[in-house]
Amino acid sequence: MKKASLLMIIGPLFLLGLFAFPLWNIMLGAPQYPEPLGMNIHITGIQGVSEFDLQNIDGLNHYIGMKTIPKPGEMWEFNIFPMVIIGMVGLGVLIGLLGFFGKVGYRWFLGWFLLMSILGILGMYDFNVWLTDYGSNLDPHAIIKVVNEDGTPMTYKPPLFGNQKMLNFDVTSLPSTGGYMMFVGMTLTVVASYLGWKSKKSEEKQGSKEAVAA
Amino acid sequence: MKRNTYLVLGLLGFAALLTSCGNGNQGKGSSGALNSSNAEKVYVAPGEHDEFYAFMSGGYSGNLTVYGLPSGRMFKEIPVFSQFPTSGYGYSEETKPMLNTSFGFVPWDDSHHPDISQTNGELDGRWIFINGNNTPRIARIDLQTFETAEIIEVPNSAGNHSSSFITENTEYVVAGTRFSVPVPQADMPIKDYKGNFKGALSFISVDPEDGRMDIKFQILMPGFNYDLSHPGRGKSHGWFFFTTYNTEEANTLLEVNASQNDKDFIAAINWKKIEEYVNNGGGTKMPANYAHNVYSDETHTATSTMVKEVLTVDPTKIPGAVFFLPTPKSPHGCDVDPSGEYIIGNGKLSADLTVHSFDKMIAAIEGKKFDGEAYGIPILKFEDVLAGTVKSGGLGPLHTEFDGEGNAYTTFFISSEVVMWKLGTWEVIDRKPTYYSVGHLMIPGGNSRKPFGKYVVAMNKITKDRYLPTGPELEHSAQLYDISGGKMELIYDFPTHGEPHYAAGIPAELLAPKSKKFYKLADNKHPYATLGAADAKVVREGKDVHIYMSTIRSHFTPDNIEGVKVGDKVYFHITNQEQDFDVPHGFAVIGANTSELLVMPGQTKTIIWEPKQVGVWPFYCTDFCSALHQEMQGYVRVSPASSNIELSWSLGD
Repeated sequence: MKKASLLMIIGPLFLLGLFAFPLWNIMLGAPQYPEPLGMNIHITGIQGVSEFDLQNIDGLNHYIGMKTIPKPGEMWEFNIFPMVIIGMVGLGVLIGLLGFFGKVGYRWFLGWFLLMSILGILGMYDFNVWLTDYGSNLDPHAIIKVVNEDGTPMTYKPPLFGNQKMLNFDVTSLPSTGGYMMFVGMTLTVVASYLGWKSKKSEEKQGSKEAVAA
Repeated sequence: MKRNTYLVLGLLGFAALLTSCGNGNQGKGSSGALNSSNAEKVYVAPGEHDEFYAFMSGGYSGNLTVYGLPSGRMFKEIPVFSQFPTSGYGYSEETKPMLNTSFGFVPWDDSHHPDISQTNGELDGRWIFINGNNTPRIARIDLQTFETAEIIEVPNSAGNHSSSFITENTEYVVAGTRFSVPVPQADMPIKDYKGNFKGALSFISVDPEDGRMDIKFQILMPGFNYDLSHPGRGKSHGWFFFTTYNTEEANTLLEVNASQNDKDFIAAINWKKIEEYVNNGGGTKMPANYAHNVYSDETHTATSTMVKEVLTVDPTKIPGAVFFLPTPKSPHGCDVDPSGEYIIGNGKLSADLTVHSFDKMIAAIEGKKFDGEAYGIPILKFEDVLAGTVKSGGLGPLHTEFDGEGNAYTTFFISSEVVMWKLGTWEVIDRKPTYYSVGHLMIPGGNSRKPFGKYVVAMNKITKDRYLPTGPELEHSAQLYDISGGKMELIYDFPTHGEPHYAAGIPAELLAPKSKKFYKLADNKHPYATLGAADAKVVREGKDVHIYMSTIRSHFTPDNIEGVKVGDKVYFHITNQEQDFDVPHGFAVIGANTSELLVMPGQTKTIIWEPKQVGVWPFYCTDFCSALHQEMQGYVRVSPASSNIELSWSLGD
């Protein structure tokens, strides 16, 4: 159980990587952009991969009537997400410590993982809602209005995951370093839960053997 | 189509092979059947980059052109001494001061000899220098922006030809006069030239941090013609060598009168000694008047300052500072090999090359073995300093470059060829014709301790039938030789712009990563910059109207301006708001008596427009900037001088 508790302490700490590295990354390449433009999505705001990428993406997007990329103050998520992450890291470490001193069991570890997963899915859902709004809530006076074959206006929602061709741009959306660190951290808590469960089982076996012996 | 081209090239290559084999024992020059795909050697596939940059002087274009080697593709013309309407250089208010001189605004020059900055005798790729020959000037071009950063006028000089060569740590860029003149200038009979005119050799210091130039001293030499020069390097670092002609000091019909002496001189200058003399207070300060023009990447503006004094040095007052090395037949090029030992005098009226030895020169000086003197300057004995003679079999040697493998390559103007020979043994190894009448040649790094001996570029003076004819006036031709195989192989032929005299080449990897992509708008300190569309405005100061205008794809802010009157002087100050690579905007307004502006991202440029007629006049973006470039336009309403319409401006109202 001690080993499992140590993992349960270390795992949530990986989430702190989100404060240093982006959660997600979206790259936009096109024939006239041999060096693609890119956005790094941090939990505290959106940043350009190169210094002027956001400005240049906004410059291009104004043709198709997309809103400018939100600044950190313009989205509540960038205030709430860091607090949620800090809270979850604190909670996870606390559970790990309590586990270490035998106060709580592996179910608490698993509970933390499930809570984090739910929050993560909610976050992704929220992110996707924003992407949809960003890509389809277009200025009716847009300079360039492209329609699909069925006559509906073309939307420019970047993919949540993977690659998509949009007009002259190839858009690729993938988790980034911070995101990968979060996945690693969460996986560690699953491992911690498993180890905790295993040691509990062997303890029970031991206990029943002792009981038999008695 | 492409496949057909390959096929044709292949067949041509095959035909060439057959021809060279047909030449029987002369076929030694070809390097074998498997190695003969010249097309492949110069082929840089679409999207691939060249191995070298080549900076070719523009000659009478006054500029400097940038090429790639081996492809021969031209990348840019850098405006230096000439107005350049393409970008507005010399037309815009910011760049007019670059062309200021003591003679006023001089919008043209004859640019000759580019040389790239060095550290420890090796190319460092910080700056490239080039001389203006006609109105003596030296320019420094920044190799991050590929723009002219500074121009300094050279007083007491005329025909700034033995320039602009740098010492091996870029301590100095050196400028020598081709025409001797009265110093100071004076109203005197021309026939009194002999003994009265002077030849000024200027040592212009280069600040190691920012490259700023400053004339440290001028050596006032006898009134010969100082034709070309090169620095000593390695063991001869600290010396500079100049060829001279017209040691006869003729003032008319030089064609004949300056060709009488069997030998002219190479002047060997111990500049370290003169520098020490000057640092200890030596020399004479002389009144002068010359322009020093500096461009700032922060204000995007040049300033011109007139300098009123120059320090001159009488070489006879510094024992051991200057010696003459007799050199046959009006030598033209003066070239120093990578080791610094050999000084080559290219006697242009002879068949042979004279090679002097630096070690022998020092021994002769220490032994005081002089053969008289000229105007107080000791003349060394020809035999005492001679290292050897190259019996070339060619005619009219002009210039020599080196490959760093112990070989030298000399151009012969009259016999129209490049001759490859071996340093030390003086034997001729190979010779190849040029098309036609070659002047300079260039090996990347050829004027340094470390040449990159892969290619020779020959710059020819006569083109004739090399390309499709274009009427009487033709571009000059250049030939590219592969020298990596121990012999010379002609592999390519391409036209060049203006009249390239010398050129300087450098491996692309030393420059390309440092090339600037755009100027940061946040760093723009131009007094009339518009740093955001919200700051766009129009301000009247009497008859002057200043329009602070911003550009971004695809509109001007403002694009409707009213309240301008006939007789006003309208300043369009255009700031490009873009912050991306290769997104310039242009600006032109109908009837402007000047050029367009081509404004790089983050930059501000200004032109003056003086409307002469009442009406509504358009302006537009001249650079196809975006899909909506054609929409990037605006109007200025011009009212009669007596009108009382208030200034107003707008966008999108």
